[in-house]
Amino acid sequence: MVIHVNGEQRELLNDIQTVSDLLNHFELADKKIIVELNANIVDSSQHEEITVQDGDRVELVHFVGGG
Amino acid sequence: MKERYSRQILFDGIGEEGQLKLQKKHVLIIGAGALGTGNAEILTRAGVGRITIVDRDYVEVSNLQRQQLYTERDANDRIPKAVAAQKRLREINPDIEVDGKIMDVTVEEIDRLVSNVDLIIDATDNFDIRFLINDVAQKYGVPWIYGGCVSSYGISFTVLPGETPCLNCLLETIPLGGATCDTVGVIAPAVQMVVAYQAAEAIKIFVEDFEAVRRKLVSFDLWKNEQSAIDVSRLKKEDCPSCGESPTYPYLSYENQTKTAVLCGRNTVQIRPPKKVNRDLNALVTQLEKQGGAIEQNPFLVSYHSENRRVVFFKDGRVLIHGMKDIVEAKKIYHQLLG
Repeated sequence: MVIHVNGEQRELLNDIQTVSDLLNHFELADKKIIVELNANIVDSSQHEEITVQDGDRVELVHFVGGG
Repeated sequence: MKERYSRQILFDGIGEEGQLKLQKKHVLIIGAGALGTGNAEILTRAGVGRITIVDRDYVEVSNLQRQQLYTERDANDRIPKAVAAQKRLREINPDIEVDGKIMDVTVEEIDRLVSNVDLIIDATDNFDIRFLINDVAQKYGVPWIYGGCVSSYGISFTVLPGETPCLNCLLETIPLGGATCDTVGVIAPAVQMVVAYQAAEAIKIFVEDFEAVRRKLVSFDLWKNEQSAIDVSRLKKEDCPSCGESPTYPYLSYENQTKTAVLCGRNTVQIRPPKKVNRDLNALVTQLEKQGGAIEQNPFLVSYHSENRRVVFFKDGRVLIHGMKDIVEAKKIYHQLLG
């Protein structure tokens, strides 16, 4: 499966099905994060239900404290 | 005078009118670390009329790789950042008013700091203070610009009271833990990128070109070559306690402050998060292991020993910092380790 993550094309294994799987894959699961899937923000309560498909455009923005 | 600013006066977005507006504006920069020094230098050179820059810390040699106003001498002499920054900024541009304040900003200080301020720039290193900034900005209707960076990653968002969602809408609770510059490092280009986003927004706000203000949450990773911008306007909550219809400004109240106390006779400072938390001790150990030092763990706590300093983290969120009575220094260590 090929999806676009933050503007970059990424080839992903097919066992990644949900937004949660995707966040685990990128080691972002424990972060405060805003997920946009094809220009729609996904509620954090739905990360385990919403699935990602080939060709999707995903934006992942996580909050960091440093400065 | 005109000569100094001629190149930005030539720029369409500013012009002579914009330059005059800049000269009448007052910015409060909270934090004089990497983001604070970068923003302060740009806004000083741009001719913003009055700059107040606040910091509780002193210059250390590990700051010099990215904190652009400081020299090796400042680090050797342990000069407070607010003092070293004020000196350098006044050298750069004597025509503006620069006020450096050595101060640990808590709920008492912030109320005084924001009076007569046109914009707050967040150049802090933790979310406790950001939630305080977020509430005080809503209370007085002052725009503020969030910025954060670690490793090669950075993020920024401009909060306009009454228009955009606020930090509380986006996050709902204060993030606990997470990577910090002291655990995973940071590269100067990531700092400068966030500074560029923040300072550009600041100038737009000062010249009152609100049409041009970026409404999206922006982030990037300079090492992975990624960038992202998300329209978060739909996340603005009508019932938000900070910016909603009946705001209570929860982070300006005592119950929601991170509490500190010097433990009598133990030469120890206790720091307690505002709410009880269930700290993931295994994740904490993984994070601490990256920094070296000795770590001991039992089901109730993690004890971390490094450089003559012992820090104990309890599962309920409390942290004991041994070997000191200085609350400001203890809070600094707390945020260095936990973000």
